[in-house]
Amino acid sequence: MSNLYVVAYDGSPASHRALDFAVDCAERAGAELLIAHVLAWSPYSFLTPEEVEERHTRRTEELERAKTAVMDPIVENLAAKGVTPRTVIRYGHVAEVLNDIAAKEGASQLFVGRTGHTGMTARLFGAVTISLAQAASVPCTIVP
Amino acid sequence: MNPTFNRAALAVGVTLALMLMLVAGTAHASSIDETVNQIFADATGWFVALIFSSFPGTNFPWIVGWLVIAASVFTLYFAFIQFRAVGHAVALVRGDYSDPENAGEVSHFQALATALSGTVGLGNIAGVAVAVGIGGPGATFWMILAGLLGMASKFTECTLGVKYRNEYPDGRVSGGPMYYLTKGFAERGLPAGKVLAVMFSVFCILGALGGGNMFQANQAHQQIAGVFGDFPGWITGLVFAAIVFAVIVGGIKSIARVTEKVVPFMGIVYVGAALVIIILHYDKIGWAFGQIFEGAFTGLGVAGGMVGALIQGFRRAAFSNEAGVGSAAIAHSAVRTNEPITEGLVSLLEPFIDTVVVCTMTALVIIITGQLIANPDTGLYLLNEAGTAIQTVGGNSGVGLTSAAFASAFDWFPYILALAVVLFAFSTMISWSYYGLKAWTYLFGEGDTKELVFKVIFCVFVVIGAAANLGPVIDFSDAAIFAMAVVNIIGLYFLMPVVKKELHSYMSRLKSGEIKKFT
Repeated sequence: MSNLYVVAYDGSPASHRALDFAVDCAERAGAELLIAHVLAWSPYSFLTPEEVEERHTRRTEELERAKTAVMDPIVENLAAKGVTPRTVIRYGHVAEVLNDIAAKEGASQLFVGRTGHTGMTARLFGAVTISLAQAASVPCTIVP
Repeated sequence: MNPTFNRAALAVGVTLALMLMLVAGTAHASSIDETVNQIFADATGWFVALIFSSFPGTNFPWIVGWLVIAASVFTLYFAFIQFRAVGHAVALVRGDYSDPENAGEVSHFQALATALSGTVGLGNIAGVAVAVGIGGPGATFWMILAGLLGMASKFTECTLGVKYRNEYPDGRVSGGPMYYLTKGFAERGLPAGKVLAVMFSVFCILGALGGGNMFQANQAHQQIAGVFGDFPGWITGLVFAAIVFAVIVGGIKSIARVTEKVVPFMGIVYVGAALVIIILHYDKIGWAFGQIFEGAFTGLGVAGGMVGALIQGFRRAAFSNEAGVGSAAIAHSAVRTNEPITEGLVSLLEPFIDTVVVCTMTALVIIITGQLIANPDTGLYLLNEAGTAIQTVGGNSGVGLTSAAFASAFDWFPYILALAVVLFAFSTMISWSYYGLKAWTYLFGEGDTKELVFKVIFCVFVVIGAAANLGPVIDFSDAAIFAMAVVNIIGLYFLMPVVKKELHSYMSRLKSGEIKKFT
């Protein structure tokens, strides 16, 4: 198995903590780093005819924004510290896609930050960390 | 000042002025509703008469024959594609063949759901009641048959819709019969494509204002008045017009989004309630199907006999699932796919869900709860005084008949149904405002002011639809939508070899394993 750490990152404070921790671990273990940004998307949601027509344009814009506003700054930031991670931006069910990326890339570990929601909120909005803790196919570190 | 705001303010002004003219001009009349109804019936009568004229020497409207013959031709030409490919269509909707790399684009499921929210609606609730109320239980048989055949028409038009759509540099896509009539005919070296496209667009605008708007407003008002007591239709019309205006002109997408999420839920509640009622009367299921089959071939005393039942069944099925009409081709063409055939295959599920499942449920509930009055001695249905429709318990017709049928099992159901009707009506209006707008921009070009003109006209027709009587509204709605089918089906006949070529290519690649499942 290659020594690759996948870290989930969406620009939130929690994901920053996960990234910092993953960078630290990767340095010590000499592991490669892959930063994954997943845009939540369900192919079963309902759209109006106008939204259907505009979807491709919106998707292009969303991907561009994800790259320039979320990924590029952090990659630059890390480059200044001498870390050169790979990045990936995907659409889908966040936990499923993260797990999928980890499996396909043959990652040795997955890092996610937790937002701290518990109980009802987490259940209603489907906490990514809970899903991964239950279903991740590689060792998963949940960073508080 | 913000130009969008200016335009919106102007539009509100124009709309209000039109409404005031409507009201002021009729102030002397006994009722605004009556005047609107009279003017409307006078203005549209000739068009309705033309579309529904019968084959010489018969009472069989030529337009019904036109639709059924077309659906049968496509069924044979594509060797019963609606039965052969149904499994693959379901796999496509499930996303088995969708590349995960394309996640975030419109999925087959979403395209189907959006197109369905434009067709599942009042046609399934009120239209079926009209069919069964006039044509008797036998109309159900013909409705189901028309639904099954219509799947092939839908497949043909939606494949073409995707194949010949326009893609713009900003990533938006526009498609539909007007585009395949123009581009497809030109590609095959056929003349008159442009003429047909313009004709289609004109009829599509009328259809959007008729069946996609007035009929919806009309039945929504009838349903609300049935629950809260009678009041003038133009009041419902103004409220509806204001909400539609807020969505299509004001761009308040949240209203549309809420509707799009609630509508599928209401659909499930509706079918669920129908199933419960049918199960509660399980001892009558056999009898009800007996009535449907017997009525289909004898008429069981309805006006026009067997032909009467057949015409009603075919007519309401076509109105409900819109197969061959061309509207679905507009809705489906925006999906992101390299294989036009896949969208055609997905779309053939629409008439099945809409007509074969949902419409049949409504018909069964009306029959099984004994809403139609028959002579106990002869078993034949009794007609009303005019001899035009079957006598019903409480004299209901249209959505009122469906409501009474559901109420006989659950007395609170009319409230749910009223809500469902209003939401279905609203989502259908939003869909058709889009279809109408696409036809409008095809004719007049794209541009904010041009689009605004159509949207304001659309809102004015909401009020007229709510105020007029069911008779003239339903006739005009049918006539306009069927007029679309006249042009669209001519195009489909000439372009069906294109679809066949696509189908062969796709199926052989599927067989050879070139097209693979991703899951």
